[in-house]
Amino acid sequence: MKTLLEEIISKPHIGTIEYEPKDFKPDVDVRWCAGCGGYSILSPVQRIMPELGIPKEKIAFISGIGCSGRFPYYMDVYGFHGIHGRAIAIASGLKIGRPDLSVWVATGDGDNMSIGGNHFIHGCRRNTDINVIMFNNEVYSLTKGQYSPTSHKGQITKSSPLGALDEPFNPAALALGAGATFVARGIDKDRNHLQYLFERAAAHNGFSFIEVYTNCNIFNDGAFDSFTKKDVREDMTVMLEHGKPLIFGKDRDKGIIIDGFKPKVVSLTDGKYTIDDLLVHDEKDSTLAFILGNMTYNPDVPRPLGIFQSLERSSYNDSVQAQIDHEVATKGEGNITELLVGKESWVVK
Amino acid sequence: MEKEIIYLDEITVRFAGDSGDGMQLAGKQFSDTSASSGVDVNTFPDFPSEIRAPEGTLYGVSAFQIKLGSSSVNTHGDEIDLLVAMNASSLKVNVNNLKVGGIIIANIEGFDSRNLKLAKYTSNPLEDGSLKKFNVIALDIEAIIKEELKGSGISPKIVKKSKNFFALGITYWLFNRPMEPTVKWLNAKFKKDADVLEANIRVLNAGWNYALKNEAFKKQYTLQPAKFEKGTYRNISGNHAVALGLVTASKKANIPLFLGTYPITPATDILQYISGYKKYGIRHLQAEDEIAGIASAIGASYGGNLAATTTSGPGLSLKIEAIGLAVMTELPLVIVDVMRAGPSTGLPTKPEQSDLFQAMYGRHGEAPLPVLAAASAADCFAMTIEAARLALKYMTPVILLTDGYIAQGTEPWRIPELSELPDLTPNFATDPEGFAPYIRDPETLARMWAVPGMQGMEHRIGGLEKQNITGAVSHDPENHQKMVEIRQEKIDRIARDIPNLEIMGNADAELLIIGWGSTYGAIKSAVDAKTKEGVKVAYVHLKHLNPFPSNLGDVISKYKTILVPEMNLGQLRTILHSKFLVPIIGMNKVQGIPFKTSEIKAKIDELLSEKEAVI
Repeated sequence: MKTLLEEIISKPHIGTIEYEPKDFKPDVDVRWCAGCGGYSILSPVQRIMPELGIPKEKIAFISGIGCSGRFPYYMDVYGFHGIHGRAIAIASGLKIGRPDLSVWVATGDGDNMSIGGNHFIHGCRRNTDINVIMFNNEVYSLTKGQYSPTSHKGQITKSSPLGALDEPFNPAALALGAGATFVARGIDKDRNHLQYLFERAAAHNGFSFIEVYTNCNIFNDGAFDSFTKKDVREDMTVMLEHGKPLIFGKDRDKGIIIDGFKPKVVSLTDGKYTIDDLLVHDEKDSTLAFILGNMTYNPDVPRPLGIFQSLERSSYNDSVQAQIDHEVATKGEGNITELLVGKESWVVK
Repeated sequence: MEKEIIYLDEITVRFAGDSGDGMQLAGKQFSDTSASSGVDVNTFPDFPSEIRAPEGTLYGVSAFQIKLGSSSVNTHGDEIDLLVAMNASSLKVNVNNLKVGGIIIANIEGFDSRNLKLAKYTSNPLEDGSLKKFNVIALDIEAIIKEELKGSGISPKIVKKSKNFFALGITYWLFNRPMEPTVKWLNAKFKKDADVLEANIRVLNAGWNYALKNEAFKKQYTLQPAKFEKGTYRNISGNHAVALGLVTASKKANIPLFLGTYPITPATDILQYISGYKKYGIRHLQAEDEIAGIASAIGASYGGNLAATTTSGPGLSLKIEAIGLAVMTELPLVIVDVMRAGPSTGLPTKPEQSDLFQAMYGRHGEAPLPVLAAASAADCFAMTIEAARLALKYMTPVILLTDGYIAQGTEPWRIPELSELPDLTPNFATDPEGFAPYIRDPETLARMWAVPGMQGMEHRIGGLEKQNITGAVSHDPENHQKMVEIRQEKIDRIARDIPNLEIMGNADAELLIIGWGSTYGAIKSAVDAKTKEGVKVAYVHLKHLNPFPSNLGDVISKYKTILVPEMNLGQLRTILHSKFLVPIIGMNKVQGIPFKTSEIKAKIDELLSEKEAVI
């Protein structure tokens, strides 16, 4: 029997679902600072929404606290601005209770790696079908400039005037270690690539984590310039593409080989190595994903961008449904009166 | 052999032994069987927080107490009439609570030199005359079982583990209880282990036969069945009743149930029960922590589920920030706090009522919400339904307080027909025409439940202050004042929607007792007893603590002396003081054990005699 909830949410959509990106822009001003990297995330997200092929009322964005927390207000779908660190927990409950929805989380490095760290790692291992976009600007911005769990050692901020003493998290490696099935990284300066990553995340059935290096031009301006600026990007980053060798450099003249377990940069022009010697990316290989994830802070190799890993595993919400279906199929739909009466009751006449 | 039959109105039995002796099991079987035989029962399991404390120690004693009665039984009994003591330690920690003339069934093997030393006895109490006030029946249970099972090939390990069934068999003979319910239970439990099944059934019968044939057992006890309202009954614990209440509420609301929670003593049973209810379409998440428990429940509530989270004091502290979010977003949520003795880890397995302030005030900002408290194990069902009713009708989180006493203790519960329960159908927003997320029902001030999936009503909500009606983020000073006042008014108006207090005992008295939560049993028994004696004492019991029933002020104004017994240092008393500005006498017990009826009676006597002295 259908519940009242099922009844109201299964009403057919009236009209078209052929949307334009502008259909996802609500009538409010975006209040991020001019020049904020957040705009570079918002626009590709709005661009991929029409491609989901579902009515917009079936989409929900959940956030925590921080500059990223404002994201839901900028999407004309259902939105829930939660409390600090808890977006993944809120989104998990929503998805488990409402598997018909496309559930997205916008979070930041403070929100997700620090106060929400526990929800993040358990979100990764549980594999609920939610898409988590983490704005990583390596600083607490909404509280005006303290070091965050992804700030680099020695970073000067308002709360580390003499330099941060903490070692940073490596979010991609953390996600991989915690068992996330889909782990990717992009940069705010490459919106087209972000769009691709978001499309892939949306298509992935399970927990998707996309770390986006997001410039905070107020409190940590240029944090990623050393490898994202146009003139250095091709030499300082390597794009991970499934089935393709790891080639990089302005002239596509360098590559990555594996020496033991260590990735190593080689030249393709000195006659020692050819493309065939290079490491070929495989999204389904989690051992490789760990190696690639660990390249993040290695100064001898370029910063990897793209999809580290995309594995297929039953999502938590599907498993919950399967367990219910199995119980109903084998034992029949539960009868509430029988449940209340139980096996050890007696009658007083 | 001629046996004497003694007729009783009530009796209290306590099974005590090592944590691994199976006393909880024996106690539960005894109480379930007794309840189904028609007497009223009330039970209290009393066990250490260690799982298997070292054998024979004083702190490793696990006990299960049952009071049986031919009339209404409201507590697990002040003093013990019959104590089953499997070892020296279990005698030592319980003997002070044994009535003079009470029976001790002692397992001799548990009184060897090692056990005596662990119990810190310098001589054997079974032999040194120190128990002469009692009727001691000492027997070597293991030796008798070995004899009984001789040649059966059943292993000594199984023999050792079946001692509790021997003790149970003896008590069944003492009270002439049928063995069938326990045999049936054993058959279901050990259907895959024929040896254990056979051994336990034989040992149970051996216990009965031993008592029948042994002249140490001279008397059998008979209690007339209690008078119960017509209906179907079962023996139920508070935690089980909460679990059933949540499932039933979701059926009555016709929406799915979502439980987001984290294991914590003494609330964990609720999670365990509900996790097995999948065929009722229930979803649950055993979350990574208390915060994720409630946060996931808030997410599910946002999606239109009847959402609940269950916890105990330390967990409620962790959930507090998220409760504020549910207040702000005005989403329905049932929060069950099974209180235990605090602060901090406190006494995790022992009850207390010290979370009342936390439930009432433990949030930043002005964050009012309904607070309810169940009075007994069976009442936990009705109060869970009430919590869900208020949550759904008023679009608010609701805190339901129970405690370790009623959560784990049991009593007979009349199972209601679904038709007796209130309609809980929620008010979903389904019409996009003129929709705004914070339009309110003029009567209840509740907003409509606008869930994702509804076309044309896409909107954003969250923890930031809302513009009245539109729900847009607003930092406007006047609007904030207005919204704070509306949220308060919404909760205050619930007072119109809850029953007035009924005065129990004798309304025409000078002394009024105000109780709340699990103290009901002890206070009710004391008030009934004093009323029977002709002493005038009035009693009201609060199940709604925020808001209070509308007539509470009137009731309070009619009495000269007001007594509030509670298992804290005066939390309800303080709230009543501040609200009604009248003197109130506190009676405060914080020992991790419930009030005894005798303690309340003594306090009534004290207060009434003081009055005479003044006159």
